Amino acid sequence: MADAVRERREFAGLEVPPARGRFREGLRGYGLIVAMWIRSTMTYRTSFVLSTLGNAAITLLDFVAIYIMFSHVDVLGGFTLPEVALLYGSCSAALGLADLLLGNTDRIGARIRDGSLDTMLVRPLPLLAQVAADRFALRRLGRIGQGLGVLGWALWTLDVEWTAVKVLLVPVMLLAGGSIFAAVMVGGAAFQFVAGDAAEVQNSFTYGGCTMLQYPPTVFATDLLRGVTFVVPLAFVNWLPALYVLGRPDPLGLPGWAAFLSPLVALAVFVPASLAWRAGVRSYRSTGS
Amino acid sequence: MRQRVALYAAVAAGGFRRYATYGTATAAGVFTNTVFGFIVAFTYIALWEQRPGLGGYDQAQALTFVWVSQSLLAAGALIGGGFQEELQERVRTGDIAVDLYRPADLQVWWLAADLGRAAFQLLGRGLVPLAAGALVFRLALPSDPSRWLLFLVSVTLGLVVSFAVRYLLGLLAFWLLDGSGINLMATVVSVFFSGMLLPLTVFPGAFGEFVRVLPWAAMLQVPLDVLLGEHAGAGGAVRALGFQAGWVLVLLGVGRLLQSAATRKVVVQGG
Repeated sequence: MADAVRERREFAGLEVPPARGRFREGLRGYGLIVAMWIRSTMTYRTSFVLSTLGNAAITLLDFVAIYIMFSHVDVLGGFTLPEVALLYGSCSAALGLADLLLGNTDRIGARIRDGSLDTMLVRPLPLLAQVAADRFALRRLGRIGQGLGVLGWALWTLDVEWTAVKVLLVPVMLLAGGSIFAAVMVGGAAFQFVAGDAAEVQNSFTYGGCTMLQYPPTVFATDLLRGVTFVVPLAFVNWLPALYVLGRPDPLGLPGWAAFLSPLVALAVFVPASLAWRAGVRSYRSTGS
Repeated sequence: MRQRVALYAAVAAGGFRRYATYGTATAAGVFTNTVFGFIVAFTYIALWEQRPGLGGYDQAQALTFVWVSQSLLAAGALIGGGFQEELQERVRTGDIAVDLYRPADLQVWWLAADLGRAAFQLLGRGLVPLAAGALVFRLALPSDPSRWLLFLVSVTLGLVVSFAVRYLLGLLAFWLLDGSGINLMATVVSVFFSGMLLPLTVFPGAFGEFVRVLPWAAMLQVPLDVLLGEHAGAGGAVRALGFQAGWVLVLLGVGRLLQSAATRKVVVQGG
């Protein structure tokens, strides 16, 4: 399908940028669409402020539930409240980042169904850039802010012997974690080409994954841990780096250096995700409506 | 009268059929509910191993709470996905004028459609996650059929309470025009105050007592307690169902008042 569009564009005498240029073009297009949505959001500034605060308050209730749990116990799975807050804050901020940058990729199922994906395909911009920037919601800064807030409290409260490596690992964890979630979102969007409107499957890996990652890995069954380490490597979002920061062993017995693999894992999951995406776009048949 | 009943039954059947056509979405939803069920179940095991009897439940009861609440999530539209977005959209576009012109009551019409939807979700998205949970974990599901019957009555009342709350939200579109902000807040409130995140009996002190008398408790916490036998005996059952029925009457009543205020506001533009 993408090739067909390319040919059509060449036929129409439109300039088709070469491969590397296309990536840059995609980024530029993404930026332009995002800027458009931000301008439109900022037209109603009070509404934006309220919805951002609302967004933060909403995600905070998850943490309130954890807080209530800890009003009954001192440790959960051997972890204290500040330790769980480290896990909660890091995965919430990482997911928030991915959600902000390309969270609306899950709308692709709806766009396939109502036929509006066709309009996107004829525009001279990579489809992924358009799908990712679709209805860019700046209010999602609320979740990032709330995650960073809880993370900040955790780092402030925790009794950690800080080394330069540990300090550096925290921002790396957030960025790599966000990238892993982003790759899962692209893969999930690709899946919708095959399965139709299955946005919820994607949500169970992103939101469900984050719900899991906010609790200590010691809480879960070993098979589940293997699944989120070796199959969909969500454990690299925050569990492994956070365990290193806390000086705790990994329940699966992975060596300490596994904590530093997150950026590589993020790159590695983008390969199958982008292949799936390309296959999905190529297999796309319009509903004709 | 009989015509009325037939009409609303047809509307309910339409609601059922409409959701039955989304096969993939239902399968995806079942998958999601099962995944979340597993995640929450493991955290509850960790919690109840340290505090057996927390909130008045043993571990099997706590796990039953997890899986049954996953099964009721879609039917009760606790995270949205019901009709209120559609109602708000019809208000925004003016299509609501057509609805008001129909020889049927607006509130009962939407109630019938929503109960049809809920009935499908209960079967389509309820049974499989619960079966998955029962296969893997030891649950405390009752063997007494009368308890299940009572549970079904309680679930039905809970679904009507959920409808009544969402109907109020839907009607707010007459004043707010855009309902997205209010829907977002409502979702969060309903997930937290229904007991979806944590059973309300675990909430501490006066705050716990407060959340247990709010209407959201009638949507999930009360049906689950009925199933788990927390409201044992005739007196307990009457109190539990009476609590739900009370909220049904109050909320549907407020809905009627708001509805008449809203419809007086409608100005139908010609053309």
